[in-house]
Amino acid sequence: MSVAGINVLVEETRALQAAQTKAPLLDVRGVSAYYGSIQALKGVDLHVKEGEIVALIGANGAGKSTLMMTIFGQPQARTGSITYAGRDITRMATHEIARLNIAQSPEGRRIFSRMSVRENLQMGAAVHGGRHFAEDLERMCVLFPRLKERLDQRGGTMSGGEQQMLAIARALMSRPKLLMLDEPSLGLAPLIVKQIFSAVRELNEREGLTVFIVEQNAYHALKLAHRGYVMVTGAVTMSGTGRELLDDPQVKAAYLEGGQH
Amino acid sequence: MASGSTTPIAVTARADASALPGLIKDAGLFALVTLGLCVPIVSYRTDLGQGIGLVITSRWGTVFALCAAIFVLRFLQQLYLTGRTRRRAAHAPVAEGASRLAAILSPITLGIALTLPLLAALGAGSLGEGRYWIDLGILILTYVMLGWGLNIVVGLAGLLDLGYVAFYAVGAYSYALLSTVFGLSFWVCLPLAGLFAAAFGVLLGFPVLRLRGDYLAIVTLAFGEIIRLVLINWTDFSGGSAGISSIPRVSFFGLPFTAGENGFAATFGLAFNPMHRLVFLYYLILVLALVTNLVTLRMRRLPLGRAWEALREDEIACRSLGIDTTITKLTAFALGAMFAGFAGSFFAVRQAFVSPESFNFLESAIILAIVVLGGMGSQIGVAIAAIVMVGGPELLRNLGFLKAVFGEGFDPSEYRLLLFGLAMVAMMVFRPRGLISERTPSVTIAERAR
Repeated sequence: MSVAGINVLVEETRALQAAQTKAPLLDVRGVSAYYGSIQALKGVDLHVKEGEIVALIGANGAGKSTLMMTIFGQPQARTGSITYAGRDITRMATHEIARLNIAQSPEGRRIFSRMSVRENLQMGAAVHGGRHFAEDLERMCVLFPRLKERLDQRGGTMSGGEQQMLAIARALMSRPKLLMLDEPSLGLAPLIVKQIFSAVRELNEREGLTVFIVEQNAYHALKLAHRGYVMVTGAVTMSGTGRELLDDPQVKAAYLEGGQH
Repeated sequence: MASGSTTPIAVTARADASALPGLIKDAGLFALVTLGLCVPIVSYRTDLGQGIGLVITSRWGTVFALCAAIFVLRFLQQLYLTGRTRRRAAHAPVAEGASRLAAILSPITLGIALTLPLLAALGAGSLGEGRYWIDLGILILTYVMLGWGLNIVVGLAGLLDLGYVAFYAVGAYSYALLSTVFGLSFWVCLPLAGLFAAAFGVLLGFPVLRLRGDYLAIVTLAFGEIIRLVLINWTDFSGGSAGISSIPRVSFFGLPFTAGENGFAATFGLAFNPMHRLVFLYYLILVLALVTNLVTLRMRRLPLGRAWEALREDEIACRSLGIDTTITKLTAFALGAMFAGFAGSFFAVRQAFVSPESFNFLESAIILAIVVLGGMGSQIGVAIAAIVMVGGPELLRNLGFLKAVFGEGFDPSEYRLLLFGLAMVAMMVFRPRGLISERTPSVTIAERAR
């Protein structure tokens, strides 16, 4: 085994040890959620510890996005509990949850397309009244140099990849402890996906940002993540470290078919 | 591709010179076809001769004139069309042009608005004779103010409100009732009317918090009608469809505009002139409108104003960024309604008479049309749209000479709504985003090629 390989192993063990000693930052227990009478989540259990990157993978309609939205209070969980940093957030309103240092980059990006990039980022900083706006803007421009060139361009006129970068940057403007990403690779070129994922890894390693990522692109997501969960029709069926899941024959067959995308 | 992005401009520049022979050829072809058509139809004419039989007279001069006319017209048409496509191809930033236009128009409009009574007096000879223009100015400014008020709700927050006139009515009846029943002065009632209207704005806001788009529009439409029907049917309270008359007139901060000892004119040592009151009303509505404008412009730079705009773009994203959409929507409704309330109490004090007639759906529609035509969100656009929509029909009154064409019974102002419709259709075809649309896409071909 090469030195680099050993280093990776050492790092992973360290991360795991660190994670095991701390209470989870986000704890989802037995959560079920419904759309009308249709049950979308059937008692989901998962947790995210501080400093971790956790990936949730699964097929279309497995309930990944629903789980993410349920954590954010829309729809609210019918049973079970969601705890964030020791606080029960199961019945809180979405905007109140967003003020607890959880930031979300929602599915389909949802940037404010008629507002400029700068205005979009200002909206992201709205939680704390834009007190460190200039400083955070600078940070985002370093993280995503593409955005720097486009600060005064209307959000909607940018490419999909730039919009995704903007969505993540906008979420980061609130200085979150936990960043939740819903399908950041959706409809993007592989090169852009790589850029975005490496930015996420950088944030995690340098600033200790905790990341919960929902992805269909299982290979990239599991490679990025410390731990992963697999979701099938509204329930978590498998969990493990990113490597374990990548090597799992079942996961391979179901989500990594067709090689390494 | 790198060279591809630069060539279109070069090509069109060259086309400028090379297109000319092509245009002449095209126009010549049209003239030739005209000639062909004219030969059998126009060139010979049969007249009754002196005796029996017909005499053929040739009219080659007319034929030549027709052909020349077709040639010139076709040439000009082509010139215009190619010019237009070239302007479009060179990604003529319509938006840029529009904002430059706005930058020029704003001070001019403001200047005219500030000096209108003077202009009217000079133009008409005396203040009394300029009365028509000042009256018209007041009317237009009322709609400018209403347009700016509604712009907060529709243009900024993106909440389609078809019942805006309800708040206008609340403001008008607030002043009418408070002054006739309790004898309160206009200056006390003005803020109260604003508060009442804002309260009604919140009242409307609560049930429609979850609604968007079409559903919201229908509920607000119903709300407007409910207010009007209540005013008609609750006779004890509002006087029913007879309305409320002899509402006290406006005073100069306590000094009445009368000829007596304590009147405005006597206090300031001026000769009494009934026009003083009108000029004062004019400046009052001008100030109210400008306050509406300043508040809106200021709000846009504040977090709340930005939240309104973000709400218009994406409500879900707003919520996930920690913005309380309930508060955001309610403040937009309340603030928009407040300005309608101010305008309403101004309406009552000017007319000295209010009745439910003045607050029908057509008023809401006109105000909304002003906002939409002005280009949602643009302040100067709304002002210009108000001038066109309210001042335009007034022009029709001056078209009396058309009676000579269409007969005595013809009344041009009856065609007001027809012209409205035509103007709307024309606008939606040529400027679908409104007269001045600030947030039009500014993407250019050069950027897209990159």
